[in-house]
Amino acid sequence: MSVSQMQGMVIENVQKNSGWYEMEISIPSFAPCARPGQFVHIKTGAGSDPLLRRPFSICDFDKDAGRLFLMYKLVGSGTKWLSSVASGSYIDIVGPLGKGFTCPDPGARVILVGGGIGIAPLLYLARRLTERNCRLRIFYGVEEYHQLSALNKFERLGVNIDVATHDGSAGFKGLVTDLFEQKIVSEKADVIYTCGPEIMMAKVAAVAAQYQIPGELSLEEYMACGVGACLGCARKLKAEDDNFVKICKDGPVFSFSQMKFDLN
Amino acid sequence: MNTGQKNSPEQYISDTVDLSVDLGGLRLKNPVTAASGTFGYGREYEPFADISRLGAVIVKGTTLKPTPGNPAPRIYETASGMLNSIGLENPGIEVFLDIHLPYLLERGVQVIANIAGNTFEDNETLGAMIRRQSGVAAIELNISCPNVEKGGMHFGTDPDMVFQVVNAVKKVTDLPVIPKLSPNVSDITIIAQAAQAGGADALSMINTLMGMAIDVKKRKPVLGNIFGGLSGPAIKPVALRMIYQVHKEIDIPILGGGGIMNVTDVLEFIMAGSSAVSIGTANFVQPGISVQLINELADYMVANNVAKISDLVGAAVYK
Repeated sequence: MSVSQMQGMVIENVQKNSGWYEMEISIPSFAPCARPGQFVHIKTGAGSDPLLRRPFSICDFDKDAGRLFLMYKLVGSGTKWLSSVASGSYIDIVGPLGKGFTCPDPGARVILVGGGIGIAPLLYLARRLTERNCRLRIFYGVEEYHQLSALNKFERLGVNIDVATHDGSAGFKGLVTDLFEQKIVSEKADVIYTCGPEIMMAKVAAVAAQYQIPGELSLEEYMACGVGACLGCARKLKAEDDNFVKICKDGPVFSFSQMKFDLN
Repeated sequence: MNTGQKNSPEQYISDTVDLSVDLGGLRLKNPVTAASGTFGYGREYEPFADISRLGAVIVKGTTLKPTPGNPAPRIYETASGMLNSIGLENPGIEVFLDIHLPYLLERGVQVIANIAGNTFEDNETLGAMIRRQSGVAAIELNISCPNVEKGGMHFGTDPDMVFQVVNAVKKVTDLPVIPKLSPNVSDITIIAQAAQAGGADALSMINTLMGMAIDVKKRKPVLGNIFGGLSGPAIKPVALRMIYQVHKEIDIPILGGGGIMNVTDVLEFIMAGSSAVSIGTANFVQPGISVQLINELADYMVANNVAKISDLVGAAVYK
């Protein structure tokens, strides 16, 4: 894996109906071997406030065109700055960083479960999985239908998505985890990948455990260095663990079996 | 055929200006070091810089036994700075000596070990384990970590304790000993003088300033450990002031740092009395910054007719 620091030129940076932003970056020197689930660390702002880089999942990557695609929502000062970057401007990117999703066997039956902006890393994953002729089933939960603006990118891959909205404005009315739980019975999946709110991923992992299906999830945490040096993004995967994993280097992707959620 | 020999940056620098400095008997080829706790064991930064070009790498603080560190969240960004409460997570001295140290030495890196014993005796034991024979160039004695209950800052805020712990480590090692001072005291010159009297070869300053942040939604402190150490550009004026004060009062050299982000900051620290500088939080923001600053410092010297960087040490201090 060849991580480096690069300047990427912003091709497009637009707010969608979802309220979230989509950014396309021209970055020819980005490591072609970048894996789904890895992230990039972006300097947001030229000065010292905000000071630290911000991590973003690789939402999609076209290695032939050298195009990186990100999806983000406004959270704080870093993403606010990022949202103001005009097309044609350069941004400072370190990556790809972290451990991505493991690759299942070609032809494997795979379920993806995404919640909200957590859908981001699952697009690049879905692309790679279709290249491996995996049979994909995707469940995607949002609050209301405006947040489905990423849907067409999945449809372009030729994969089907079952949608759940909290308000019933599209697809299944209710939680995506309920939809997933109903459908998993008939799916016979080999592996499950999920990204979204922790409470959602905890439920997905619990259902997967019932059916003895392995899987992986992606965590997030405040980060400083992003390369495993500062030990800031530490967390215990199980309360009884002695050691802290580092989300940036040991993750952000972990297997269901490594985790025990404590959702208090 | 191309007859012009292409010089490495290192050769170019050494041919034109003298960047080397003396840090209490430790010769550094240039004054730029990576600060303990911000550079891991060096290898994390290899994709971004030739770490062997640094004056020294000060590795993550080492305790006697493996230390798991503090509960999450451990870091939080503040205005032009960051709070951390890592809690000295490290694999212990044996892993450092057996795995990390040989890796760095093989790559020609000058290594300063940072020791952070929980007790007086631990510091003695650690000091005795790190000698010239091990390949380490010097010991930075951490008597200022704000994030551990035992040891740490507890040693660094009482002049008698500072004298004793520095003296004890000096007795057991043949390496230069560089205590890292806490800024969380009312008069840092008293602590600096105690360290000098205890036999310190140089002083490292400053460690982080104790601070905190509140999560107003949860109505509780942000950090798992409640308090953390503030670093980054926000603390630079405090660091400069303390180095200036200490440089006036003591005779041993200073390894200065605290929020250095660019070459102007490096020059400020040198002119305030630092013989060498440590780059900390900036490594998180620009992973290649430390080596880049060596080049920029050389460029400054060429442009300003400074033959030896050591001539600038304390240039702004009115003694």
